[in-house]
Amino acid sequence: MANTDIIIHDEKDNVGVVVIEKIKPSQDCNCWVMGSDKSVQIQSKDEIPLGHKIAMIDLNEGDTILKYGHDIGKVVKSIKKGEHVHVHNVKTKKW
Amino acid sequence: MEIPKTFLGYKREDGRSGTRNHVIILPVDDISNACAEAVANNIKGTIALPHSYGRLQFGADLELHFRTMIGTGRNPNVAAVIVIGIEPKWTKRIVDAIAVTGKPVEGFSIEGVGDIDTIAKVSKKAQEFSIWASEKQREERPISDLWISVKCGESDTTSGLASNPTVGNLMDKLEPLGVHLCFGETSELTGAETVCEKRGKTPEAQEKFKKTWNAYNDFILKEATDDLSESQPTAGNIAGGLTTIEEKAFGNFQKIGSRQFIDVLEPAEEPTKGPGLYFMDTSSAAAECVTLQAAGGFNIHLFPTGQGNIIGNPIEPVIKLTANPLTAKNMSEHIDVDVSKILSREMYLDQAGDELIKATLRVANGRLTCAEALGHKEFVMTKLYRSA
Repeated sequence: MANTDIIIHDEKDNVGVVVIEKIKPSQDCNCWVMGSDKSVQIQSKDEIPLGHKIAMIDLNEGDTILKYGHDIGKVVKSIKKGEHVHVHNVKTKKW
Repeated sequence: MEIPKTFLGYKREDGRSGTRNHVIILPVDDISNACAEAVANNIKGTIALPHSYGRLQFGADLELHFRTMIGTGRNPNVAAVIVIGIEPKWTKRIVDAIAVTGKPVEGFSIEGVGDIDTIAKVSKKAQEFSIWASEKQREERPISDLWISVKCGESDTTSGLASNPTVGNLMDKLEPLGVHLCFGETSELTGAETVCEKRGKTPEAQEKFKKTWNAYNDFILKEATDDLSESQPTAGNIAGGLTTIEEKAFGNFQKIGSRQFIDVLEPAEEPTKGPGLYFMDTSSAAAECVTLQAAGGFNIHLFPTGQGNIIGNPIEPVIKLTANPLTAKNMSEHIDVDVSKILSREMYLDQAGDELIKATLRVANGRLTCAEALGHKEFVMTKLYRSA
């Protein structure tokens, strides 16, 4: 089995979680989709530490972030596929 | 894995089973702490539970104080109880409610006597209780006598990926064996509240959950100066990669596996609807939550952590698990079960659930948790509003 760098909870999700100590920019990463047990590939754009999220597709301002197949917040600054997704570009919809 | 049908516990007078055999010295109020601690210092095999409240409380806040005090004394992990208060009336109310279980309990009040004579008098009784409890033996008890509470802390994305689902896997396997289960953290279900509501087994349970969460949310909207974004997610959560309260909530929610809750409990309320999963209305602050669950009668606790929460409880053993490989390495003295191999796909969730069941039974049988060995005994009362 190839080393898994990123885990995606659900097939609907547009973000994945880094599960190795850190991903370097332009790294070719193996992703495992837990829900469907499928594998996909992605190239990173940023350095992303363990536990942090990577965008699996291009995302525009106002788009919804899906994780666990559920809405976990909105994009407030557009994000390119492979970029780090966190508090600098995503906010809660609660307040 | 075939799950053992029994564990080695202490049979109590009311038919329940303890995983521990504590003799506690329970102060009714803040000013009785000194006396309680002096007694626990005099008499080996006893433990004092100092806390900050118990004076001039009123209404629902006072009722919660009593419920927490009484529930702590009633918990089957407690063999015998000494209650010390400044005044006799509140002390007696607590003693009488604990006495219903049939366990040895005695109350003392300090007013008109002073600390020194009270300490002498209480120490004699505490010595009697300690020696009496020391003869209690563990015996085979049905696994259904485990009342398991859960709460996660210092969560990060590894919690939602692996350690919380491991707890969920345990719940899915143990609930059919007749155990009691409890999750809480009203605030940290924010964002997943409608999904959680649908997990209520009956329309009544769903309605009760909705009411409880709405009451909490109304309180936040009323009291908060701006919003919760300064404290939820916490700085530790954000460092671990959690971005929003919704993301944290869905991760948190993995702890109940595919279970449905049968009832919603008030903070520190003892469940009465038989085996199964309960939701308790609690704060998400670790020590407050576990103190309330222990007061509800839960006798063993599972605590998944991401970045490394270190909490323990004086009467309910707290088992910690993590899926974060850095936490497992750098904070190993706090971690009872390491499930980080799920992330490297060297361990299946099913295996992790089995490992957690084994660890839970070992601790139920008497193995010390990391937190117990380190002396963590956080006993923190929940206060609803200011005192009169």
